[in-house]
Amino acid sequence: NKHVIRGKSGVEQVKLLDRFNNKTTTGTLYLTATHLIFVESNVPGAHEIWILHHHIASVEKLSLTTSGCPLLIQCRNFRVVHFVVPRERDCHDVYSSLLRLLRPVSYDELYAFSYNPKQNEQQREVGWQLIDLTAEFERLGLPCDQWQLSDVNRDYKVCETYPRDLYVPITASKPIIVGSSKFRSKGRFPVLTYFYQEKKAAVCRCSQPLSGFSARCLEDEHMLQAISKANHNSRFVYVMDTRPKLNALANRAAGKGYENEDNYSNIRFQFVGIENIHVMRASLQKLLEVVGTRSLSVNDYLLGLESSGWLRHIKAIVDAAIFLTKAVTVEGASVLVHCSDGWDRTAQVCALGALLMDPYYRTLKGFMVLIEKEWISFGHKFADRCDQLDGDPREVSPVFTQFLDCVWQLMEQFPQAFEFSEWFLIQLHEHVHSCQFGNFLGNSQRQREELQLKDRTYSLWAHLLSEQHNYLNPVYSPSFAERHPVLEPSTQPWNFKFWRNMYHQFDRTMHPRQSILKHTLTLKESNSKLEDTAHTLQAVSSYLLSSPLRCTNTPLQSLSSLHDSSPDAPDGNGGERTVEGSSATENGYGELQSSFSSKNEPAMVSLEFGVARMTC
Amino acid sequence: MEFSEHIKTANVDDVVLKLPLRPALKGTLCVTAHHLVFSERKEEAGTCLRNLCKDLRILQFDIPGMEECLNVASSIEALSSLESVTELYPFFHRPRELSLSEPWGLSSPQQQYAQTERLWDRWRLSKVNRNFSVCMSYPRTVIVPCAIDDITLAKAASFRQGGRFPVLCYYHRSNGMVIMRSSQPMTGANRKRCREDELLLQAAIDESEMGYIIDTRSAQQAQQARMAGGGFESKAFYHHWRRLHRHLERGKVLQESLIKLVEACGDPSQNMDRWLSKLENSKWLSHVHSALSTAGLVAECVERDGHSVLVHGFEGTDTTLLVTSLAQLILDPASRTFRGFLQLLEREWVQAGHPFRQRCAHSAHSHARLRQECPAFLLLLDATWQLGRQFPLALEFSEVLLLRLAQDAYASDYGTFLCSSEQERCALQVKENTHCLFQFLLRREEREKYVNPLYEATDLAIWPSVHPQSLQLWTGLFLRWTEYAQTMDEAREEIWTIVKERKETDRPKGCAHTTLSRHDSFTNVENLMDELTVL
Repeated sequence: NKHVIRGKSGVEQVKLLDRFNNKTTTGTLYLTATHLIFVESNVPGAHEIWILHHHIASVEKLSLTTSGCPLLIQCRNFRVVHFVVPRERDCHDVYSSLLRLLRPVSYDELYAFSYNPKQNEQQREVGWQLIDLTAEFERLGLPCDQWQLSDVNRDYKVCETYPRDLYVPITASKPIIVGSSKFRSKGRFPVLTYFYQEKKAAVCRCSQPLSGFSARCLEDEHMLQAISKANHNSRFVYVMDTRPKLNALANRAAGKGYENEDNYSNIRFQFVGIENIHVMRASLQKLLEVVGTRSLSVNDYLLGLESSGWLRHIKAIVDAAIFLTKAVTVEGASVLVHCSDGWDRTAQVCALGALLMDPYYRTLKGFMVLIEKEWISFGHKFADRCDQLDGDPREVSPVFTQFLDCVWQLMEQFPQAFEFSEWFLIQLHEHVHSCQFGNFLGNSQRQREELQLKDRTYSLWAHLLSEQHNYLNPVYSPSFAERHPVLEPSTQPWNFKFWRNMYHQFDRTMHPRQSILKHTLTLKESNSKLEDTAHTLQAVSSYLLSSPLRCTNTPLQSLSSLHDSSPDAPDGNGGERTVEGSSATENGYGELQSSFSSKNEPAMVSLEFGVARMTC
Repeated sequence: MEFSEHIKTANVDDVVLKLPLRPALKGTLCVTAHHLVFSERKEEAGTCLRNLCKDLRILQFDIPGMEECLNVASSIEALSSLESVTELYPFFHRPRELSLSEPWGLSSPQQQYAQTERLWDRWRLSKVNRNFSVCMSYPRTVIVPCAIDDITLAKAASFRQGGRFPVLCYYHRSNGMVIMRSSQPMTGANRKRCREDELLLQAAIDESEMGYIIDTRSAQQAQQARMAGGGFESKAFYHHWRRLHRHLERGKVLQESLIKLVEACGDPSQNMDRWLSKLENSKWLSHVHSALSTAGLVAECVERDGHSVLVHGFEGTDTTLLVTSLAQLILDPASRTFRGFLQLLEREWVQAGHPFRQRCAHSAHSHARLRQECPAFLLLLDATWQLGRQFPLALEFSEVLLLRLAQDAYASDYGTFLCSSEQERCALQVKENTHCLFQFLLRREEREKYVNPLYEATDLAIWPSVHPQSLQLWTGLFLRWTEYAQTMDEAREEIWTIVKERKETDRPKGCAHTTLSRHDSFTNVENLMDELTVL
């Protein structure tokens, strides 16, 4: 299956340089239809690196050096690999093949359409049914006496980037909906996205109104009125414009803009000040530049962190979500959230707000539901933002990454609140870009239906649920959710931290050498195994005692099966969770010259999976 | 002692106590010789008094009446900076469960020597300092090379600042290499030399071997030190030693860094950029970085390069100790245990003469910028915390112990951190008249509070990552009083529960073994039956 480069099966003697120290590994480079593979040579249990073509963001050929032709590959999952290919011609071959492979022009070329996890049709179907949004709205108590399911968008006629099923106030008639949608950018009129049953308060989302400097729309005003009326707890509805005021003002010149409080009765208008996709793209780029610097000093790191603005943006989103949560849970008011088109910042704030308000979304399955609802169904443009097809680079932006980062910040503050661990978030991030599963392909539900994804690809949710034991948070406590149904995070700046495990997930020298998370997870797993063992042994012994001379095979079989899962053998050394650690040389404490140091390196021992490598 | 002189107003009623993140309390404030006692009363303010504590806590008292407020303030001022050591609380702290006759301290150089048999053929115990006459800040006994007699030692001592001649502080079992420490040599401007000092260092290593001198100053600083009579080991006279310079900040610079950091942590503005720039401006994390990477370098010399190391800076009482103790934590599994860590602190800080009395007098909130104040010990605790973050299973003690030590180094009920040297401790009879913190912490019921549930001993060296991305602000210490981390505590509890469950499920495994042996006897029966059927 390996792609042939000029009659050879792979390029040999390729050097892989470590990004942060002088370590090099020699190996062979292979190119397949889907992956770029590097296999370390001459080592038993050789290290392999598999890079999916979809993960590659850029390939650069650097200027020729004495040892060969350097090739720098940057990936969307923040892996950066630096190869040196001995012969320039080979290098150029790899380079041009990659360029061709990493910019697919049609959806059919994406990995999801060729990926086959050896499941049958039925399993595939079941996989796609695991997450059901109708059931989710039922869970929220919808439809109810104030909110109804509308069929106005059944054929994607009113808004083609919205899902078919939409929940609107009972009093919003079809003409009002249609009128309102004409007054909203891309037809994205106000619809319900979360319902806080306790206070009957709704979180609604939409896009900006086409108000320009003075335009009005009675239907749209009526629509907001209807949202307000649907909640008896509050006399007004909050309208949260998640943009900075300046941006919203600028939009007025283009015939767009924001709601005029004079025209809408009973609204309270509020700007939140989250920057747009271009600012976010530049910010992450700056951040990655800073943290990718070799021998970075602590001061440059902190200054770079500050000047990139990344944490400031993260904080702005969390602040907005907290505002939303307070309005809904404390004041019992309904809130309408929008930005420009209502599919980036709006998705971030609504999803994060729901996560703060509802413990269900903090479970593994609940989080999938949340993403399915706020991101996938409401038309976050995954294809454009994640650059799935060769498209406009100005449309690419780490909006979803940012959301995951915010979730991680919450996990750091509330270690017991989430059923899943950060590895789940990282895995999600991986697959948003991998194009291996159908879930995130395309820009809207309509497009996904046209692509017949449910018939032609597999669902990520099924895959993640099948290996969920890898993503569980060992200290998760359901009783914590009972005590704190609504999370109230602190917004002190020191609570916002750089997410090393995400942005440096492949830079092994940087990680803690032992992981509390993995260790407790293993402990917990072995605890439950030990319990099972004890139970079986008890059963066996009572059986043996009761029937001393009729030893049949049954108890003995179960005994021998016990030996396979001997409690003495440490479990969970599986590759999944293993990240390798580091040694003294990789840390570069000093420049010990070989002037009088020529002793052999002591044997390296890889300790546990806790990212550890220590020397004897 | 007349403490009452200082106490102008002993009792004030209707005082409101304000703590960050908690509701204000109202009650009576009593000023006693060593404590402020505040008892709460449920009722419903005046002049306000802000108390900035050494453990970085800020207490605000609203006291009715200007005069009383001033009285209380001056009493606190006077009582919190008592001149005489023997007036301090450890000399009065007499808990019922402790007796003064209990042992004070965990070990001595004698015990250390006696326990390390492999030292015996090349290293000896010297009592040259039995009267503290050779070096004021060393303990009575030290470990030195066998080949060097006491007279040579005394001469070498006169060549080192404060008489701190090179002594052994760590022996690396796997290859017999050692870490030594000293103060700077007093070469002065005209490059004086001292044969005895050269002999002493030569005797520490084999003829054929080489050693490293890690100087915790920059090369430039070391050069400049010559003008003040100090200096460094010149290559020409110490052929077998290779000098490396690693610049570590000390003294005033460290103290200012701490003050800036604590200020940043108290900044009420919620501005992300401002916080990051203040954090950067404090430079505290840079100091943590240099401490860890210099210690890493020392450990690398010993373990990977297989050479002995001498560490010194200027006086050899601050950054030197910081580096040698961190290097031991990296290399030596014994120093990562609960007892071992306390022993390390006792050996490398208390007995080795870190001047706690001057360095840990006022902490970060003091207005009087004291020249001698320096948070070197705090920096050690921080760096240890970083090690614990990177190797959560490798240390037997938890963050809680480090916090306790950070508090007790500045103000304690116990005598351990009093005084600046063994000599002073002897003169003031500290060991006879106070209780020992380390002994206290090792009591079973105390110990439990401070152990790390996840501890799993490993014989391997633990090499910390010193990438800036791997270092973190020690929020447990610096934001201890501003952010109440209840969720963290709960999570820690949960981990404890999981570990305890593990121990409990291990127990049925024990009884499972008994059923297994019963099963063995049954298989015998079964075999017999098989034979019977064959027959």
